[in-house]
Amino acid sequence: MMPPGETDRAATRTAARNLSLGILLMVVVGGVGSFLIARARWWLPPEASTQAVEIDRLFYTTLAVTGIAFVLVHVLLALFVWQGGRRERAEHFAEHNTLELTYTLVPTAILVTLIAMGSVVWARVHQPAPADALLVEVRAEQFGWLFRYPGADGAFGRYEARLINTRTNPIGLDPADPAGRDDIVVRELHLVANRTVHVRLRSKDVIHSFFIPTFRVKQDAVPGMILNVVFTPNRAGHYEIACAELCGVGHYIMRGKITVEPQQAFDSWLASQAPAAP
Amino acid sequence: MTVTHTAHGAAEHALPWWRRYIFSMDHKVIGIQYLFTSMFMAVLGGFLAMLIRMQLGFPTAKFYWAQWLFPGGFANNQIKPDFYLAVVTMHGTIMIFFVLTTALSGGFGNFLIPLQIGARDMAFPFLNMMSYWLYPPAIIVLLASFFVTGGAASAGWTAYPPLSALRNAVPGSQVGQTLWLISLAILIVAFLFGSLNYITTILQLRTRGMSFTRLPLTIWGLFVTAILMLFSFPVLLAGAIMLLFDRTAGTSFFVPGGLVVGNQLVQHTGGNPLLWQHLFWFLGHPEVYVLILPPMGIVSEVMATNARKPIFGYIFMVGSIIAIAFLSFLVWGHHMFISGMNPLLGTGFMVTTLAIAIPSAIKTFNWLATLWRAKIRFHTSMLFAIGFISLFVTGGLTGIFLGSPAIDIYVQDTFFVVAHFHFVMASAALFGIFAGTYHWFPKMFGRMMNERLGRIHFWLTFVGIYATFFPMHFAGIAGMMRRIFSVSIYQHLQGLAWVNIFISLAAFLLGAAQLIFIYNLFRSIFRGPRAERNPWQATTLEWEADSPPPHGNFGPQLPEVHRWPHDFSVPGAPADFIPQTVPAGAVPAAVHGGSEESES
Repeated sequence: MMPPGETDRAATRTAARNLSLGILLMVVVGGVGSFLIARARWWLPPEASTQAVEIDRLFYTTLAVTGIAFVLVHVLLALFVWQGGRRERAEHFAEHNTLELTYTLVPTAILVTLIAMGSVVWARVHQPAPADALLVEVRAEQFGWLFRYPGADGAFGRYEARLINTRTNPIGLDPADPAGRDDIVVRELHLVANRTVHVRLRSKDVIHSFFIPTFRVKQDAVPGMILNVVFTPNRAGHYEIACAELCGVGHYIMRGKITVEPQQAFDSWLASQAPAAP
Repeated sequence: MTVTHTAHGAAEHALPWWRRYIFSMDHKVIGIQYLFTSMFMAVLGGFLAMLIRMQLGFPTAKFYWAQWLFPGGFANNQIKPDFYLAVVTMHGTIMIFFVLTTALSGGFGNFLIPLQIGARDMAFPFLNMMSYWLYPPAIIVLLASFFVTGGAASAGWTAYPPLSALRNAVPGSQVGQTLWLISLAILIVAFLFGSLNYITTILQLRTRGMSFTRLPLTIWGLFVTAILMLFSFPVLLAGAIMLLFDRTAGTSFFVPGGLVVGNQLVQHTGGNPLLWQHLFWFLGHPEVYVLILPPMGIVSEVMATNARKPIFGYIFMVGSIIAIAFLSFLVWGHHMFISGMNPLLGTGFMVTTLAIAIPSAIKTFNWLATLWRAKIRFHTSMLFAIGFISLFVTGGLTGIFLGSPAIDIYVQDTFFVVAHFHFVMASAALFGIFAGTYHWFPKMFGRMMNERLGRIHFWLTFVGIYATFFPMHFAGIAGMMRRIFSVSIYQHLQGLAWVNIFISLAAFLLGAAQLIFIYNLFRSIFRGPRAERNPWQATTLEWEADSPPPHGNFGPQLPEVHRWPHDFSVPGAPADFIPQTVPAGAVPAAVHGGSEESES
């Protein structure tokens, strides 16, 4: 039999070892390891727009910085816990100005850098659309998406809520407005590869969010507001729009379809669509 | 003061039992009432979380018992999408307002403030009783909404209008949303009563010698939290009343004109949905610090006591609490980067948001420095305190992604956000509550909790939290949106079925582990070994009182404070702790820190 003081000490050492190893194995090894495994299967969808590349680059930079901090803090924590189980007496160590200033200023410098990088990307994403951008209106509703191209005149026709008829006039186009006669209203979004899109985003009923995972585009559609979203798809293919803001019972099925194609294919598709004039 | 209170104390024993234990004005009883009611709500909120995980992990499984429990919410033994949204909404509402806020500020705030500052009770005991007794009515109104037409509110805990304003936008917006708003308004009044009381008590009733630089960090956390609540909750109250008017009186604060919902033209005009978001998040962001500052204080005290070391950088700790609180009023816009708010504002809010990471980093490194060269006692409370650091760091670091608006474009409204706040706010706050419960249980009930069960509870909870919430990052990075009923619809979510099954299994484990805590708690109340006055050899004033303290807390004489709360392992001292009440001449005082006598 060990004396009671000795059993206590052994128990403390065991507890320290367990917690220390727990932190190292589960948090550090498990955390970093699961990220590495996830990269193969559960990761960012493929990039299909120019802003996706920039946003992902910022994401990876932040991941590297936070990953280092994550490992550093947890390794220190595990180390101090391990040692804390073995000491006979704690040290009375209450203040150290240089140390405290160091870990105030180093994170500050890192954060200032991240702020600078972040604001550059944020500003670039919000640049106004160039004049030759493809103009399209996206209207969200419970639970789907409606797209409107302005037609040959390049202008959208007036619409009014009281004119909306789900079957014959889903947008609520005003027949009295000549600008609306050639508007094309469709249920599938067609875009041109490598041509900037200027989306005018609005909503018919509640708040939705226009989310295209592969483009790294997301913007809330707010009733009563028309919001500009500008992006450049750079890979032809078929993509999906998701709704990212809770909008009602059908939120989870509010899917939209996008086709990105060369200019010629887009032109012939557009020409085959009948104007929506009511 | 002393005389009247002692007389009052004697009178208390003559009170009928329902005045002593039910409609009590004793801060300790009120604190324990808050804690038990919060625990009841936590069980409920946790159960709702299990329903969410059932659906996301096992969407095709049939749950016969659930259909029997919720005949209206299930069809064909599977959860219905509208009930799912009600469950999601109520889980968030209950956990944030009815569990974490009430347990921390109501529970620990009430129990600890008078005891730790050396007062006999709160400044306004009657107001205190009122504060607690507004809480059960708020619960009744909230839970009643499950049984009304359309079911409980289902517009999310953030209740964004027009979804929450228009009755035909979602079933929960019929009657449920009205009850939700009324319930919240009642609870906010309770919070305001409480926070006024805490602020006044801490300002006015500190015992002789208890200067602000000698306050335990729990009191600092609770004090600054009370100020946050007093400034931020009225804004939500105003917003809730405006939304109530929009719903019932035909006003249009948040609903613009020209909307068509369910093929009906909406008769509102001139409102703006973004106004609600500004009002909501002006509360909503300080609210997350309402939930994290008290745990930071609790963890600091538990850590100093069990590390047998003063908390490192006491003044920096206090300073960073104040800095975080101040900045928390300037960051609400980071919830709105993609809401349609002017992008220039996004840049500004990014700066303030990332600035808040600086005081958070200071606190983290100070805790690490506290553990450096410590002689740690691995009580259950300390395990949870150390676990808190890990959760706070893991969740805090993902905040750097979300604070950057360009990255936020992609991860906003995905499970990445869900992972983030479940680590940094929900789990970390929960760990603060557990650390505090294991630490102060002897003082509350005069008995000790079972340490072995405590350790099992800690390990299952710690592993359960990482297993549940860490994989949510990957679901979010893969683009899985929040609050969706199913991941089977979208192409980009097809690979996530297994991740969700794993998360659900981990969540069930996490939920089950809490039963060990509840068992340990109740068993210890009745069967635990008797606690001594100061079982952890701590320094603060509550340990000078009996366990449990009588009405009036201290004997005929209030304790007098002579030193700061962290005189642990002072070189030359006979024991490794010196209580705050020991006069300066009696033993050597601290070399560093807030003990004024030591410098003279």
